[in-house]
Amino acid sequence: MNPRLRWKTRVFAAIVIFSNAFGNLFLTWGLRHGAGELTGSPLSFLRAIFNPWVSLGICLLITWLLSKMFLLSWADLSYVLPVTAFGYVITALLSRLFLGENVTPARWAGTLLIMAGVALVGLGNPQSERRL
Amino acid sequence: MKAWLLLGMIVASTVTADLLQSHEMKRHGEIQNFGLKGLRLVLAALARKKNLILAVACMAVSFFAFMALVQVADLSFAVPASAGSLVIETVLARLLLKEHVDSRRWIGAALVAGGVWLLAL
Repeated sequence: MNPRLRWKTRVFAAIVIFSNAFGNLFLTWGLRHGAGELTGSPLSFLRAIFNPWVSLGICLLITWLLSKMFLLSWADLSYVLPVTAFGYVITALLSRLFLGENVTPARWAGTLLIMAGVALVGLGNPQSERRL
Repeated sequence: MKAWLLLGMIVASTVTADLLQSHEMKRHGEIQNFGLKGLRLVLAALARKKNLILAVACMAVSFFAFMALVQVADLSFAVPASAGSLVIETVLARLLLKEHVDSRRWIGAALVAGGVWLLAL
């Protein structure tokens, strides 16, 4: 991999990780602060979407989806999946720091186990032989 | 209880969306033309696939259920727990899509299942 592509890959990987983690954080923050309670009605969801924090969260999640698609256009799935899995730990950290959530040792262990599982799946060959 | 119901809805809709997407994209074949005109043609062709439209609808259900979930449960629970879909997807990829799932993938799926169990404690 040439240095330019390596640099581009690192930048996009960082965008993928942080846009997902902060997108989820802002979405949750907005939903808990001023977006109103979500009931079964579509109107409550529409009202929530126009909350500034929720909108910002959705924009970041769209950024995450697009940056992940762009990254996948040149990087292997086996690289992108473990990168995505690292986002679970960042999310747990942000939840603890900004949302004041109590992340218990069991929850940390569960998060790390899930990260390891997703990373392990991602380290394999992304294109298996199909049994037709 | 409500959190687990919403989580179940997220997992079910994510699994359905991913299976439909994977099935339809494999039927479509590898996308090779990434030029503006080529991408426009591909997107126009994909927008007519019923399975993909259904997949997008499932993704929307998953997203709205996620919004409802983070109102009643911790974000540090909701995000990793939704990865539980990987376990079901691995089993269904083997059974429905007839993919070859090697031991590494089974172990990975088992680790995810163990992680979700730890989150439930």
